[in-house]
Amino acid sequence: MSKVIIIGAGPAGLSAAITIAENGLEVLVLDEYMIAGGRLLGQLYEEPNGNWWNGIKESKQLYEKALDLGVKIQLHTAVSNLEKIDSSWVIYTATETYYTSHLLLATGATEAPLPIPGWTLPGVMSVGAAQVMTNVHRVKPGNRGVIIGVNVLSSAIAMELQLAGVQVACITLPKMSLVTKESGNPMNVMNSLLHVSHMAPSAFVKFGSKLMKIEFMKKMGITFFPKNGVKMWDIPIMLRKAVIEIYGDNEVEGVTMATISPTGEVIPGTEEKVQADFVCIAGGLYPLAELAAVAGCPFYHIEELGGYVPLHNERMETALEGLYVAGNITGIEGAKVAASQGVAAGLSIVHNNGTSNQEQNIKKAIQDIEHTRDNAFIQFHPAVKEGKQKLQHYWEEHLNTVKDMVGN
Amino acid sequence: MTKRIIDHPILGKLDDTDIISFTFNNKEYRGLKNESLAAALLANGVRTLRSHEESGAPRGIYCNIGHCFECRVTVDGQQGVRACLTPIKENMVVTSNEKLLTTVRDWRPENE
Ligand SMILES: Cc1cc2nc3c(=O)[nH]c(=O)nc-3n(C[C@H](O)[C@H](O)[C@H](O)COP(=O)(O)OP(=O)(O)OC[C@H]3O[C@@H](n4cnc5c(N)ncnc54)[C@H](O)[C@@H]3O)c2cc1C
Repeated sequence: MSKVIIIGAGPAGLSAAITIAENGLEVLVLDEYMIAGGRLLGQLYEEPNGNWWNGIKESKQLYEKALDLGVKIQLHTAVSNLEKIDSSWVIYTATETYYTSHLLLATGATEAPLPIPGWTLPGVMSVGAAQVMTNVHRVKPGNRGVIIGVNVLSSAIAMELQLAGVQVACITLPKMSLVTKESGNPMNVMNSLLHVSHMAPSAFVKFGSKLMKIEFMKKMGITFFPKNGVKMWDIPIMLRKAVIEIYGDNEVEGVTMATISPTGEVIPGTEEKVQADFVCIAGGLYPLAELAAVAGCPFYHIEELGGYVPLHNERMETALEGLYVAGNITGIEGAKVAASQGVAAGLSIVHNNGTSNQEQNIKKAIQDIEHTRDNAFIQFHPAVKEGKQKLQHYWEEHLNTVKDMVGN
Repeated sequence: MTKRIIDHPILGKLDDTDIISFTFNNKEYRGLKNESLAAALLANGVRTLRSHEESGAPRGIYCNIGHCFECRVTVDGQQGVRACLTPIKENMVVTSNEKLLTTVRDWRPENE
């Protein structure tokens, strides 16, 4: 009997490992990071019931539970390639090659950059980098920062920075360009922001939810959006200003901002300098799915899920035998959803391995994912459920094609 | 080490007692045992980790979680090591990658 192998020790991978080990199979988890927990490690926010979601604690619990069940977790191990030889998945790392008949990819998500002049200067980092420095390593990314990109993640991390005593001068937009067009257009950003308003216990909530129900009012909202922004957790959010350039000799010294029109065009003559010793770029998240691509999975682009996702079904099986996916590789959502997908994937593996019949449990696990999704505190895309339906539709199409091929 | 967040209202107090030393570009620095090289250097105020191989422009961390490879340095003689994924060890020797000779570049105009 070969060991089940999981790539990624985030909430999805660890939850799957626990589920599989509980059912008596051997599991090996590979992860390139120094600590188990994935992107859950940096997460820190207050839930509506007043509890703090502390990613370090949550990660530690998952990690220790997995170890107690005999799961082997190998950190500092980057997987660079995989392929199928005969009926075995072959997994390549710098030092060793592994073989398994059941492989789960739980590699999570990654951040999209926004190319802005000056973005390679030391001191410019992704917003997730600042989160990890602050909450995991407990080192300040700087004393005073500007966040470029207004979205769920940047709003949450701005609050985390402030909590740790790091000043955020403002959260603002990038100058609109071919690449940044979505995140540089105030109207688009306003639309997506309506879904974070529940996280802001301030003027922003009222501002957002009251005004923004109808298209016309949204336009009015942008037009009359105060030039100096509205404040969320005391941090100005500026939808009518954009960063044109990040400046500094060898390191970040600040940004040049300008006022923009409701459609995102820079108004000449409004440029001003804002001093900062670090700058965060928040271009949004997309699934980190290269390994599924080299394995040969079919992919579909689904906007609501954050980008290209490998085709899979509700049981977390891909179109390739013995290859499974769970967590943010299947679409951008919070850690609780990722964990519930890990459980479903784990049960599918146990079932398909012939260890025990898990039909009932799989059904329940699929319902659990839905339930977790419905109750999620953080939602990265408001229409994630529609995205999942699109994917299900592609899966059914795929099954029909396979049937036709077998039929002929 | 003033850049560290010692007291955090939710995460509590940081244990900063286990200190080790390492060198970066021949200068000695101190950091916390097992923290990442990227974090240790930033805590010492070091943002520039290397020079771009072709332009010589300074570069530092970007993603901090192993995806972008912007923080690559040489550790104990091994090149291309990601500072954000590497825990510091006592007496570790770390150096920056410097600008390379550009003789291997393809100078034909369509590649400009
Ligand atoms: C920078 C960033 C910040 C985020 N912040 C938040 C937040 O504040 N709140 C929130 O709700 N969600 C956040 N998310 C979304 C996050 O992806 C989910 O909340 C959740 O962590 C997803 O779990 P996962 O198990 O699918 O993946 P992850 O938690 O990302 O875990 C994946 C693991 O796989 C490993 N890995 C990837 N590729 C390889 C490889 N080739 N070889 C070896 N190991 C590999 C990684 O090192 C990582 O440990 C963030 C995502 C990112 C990228």
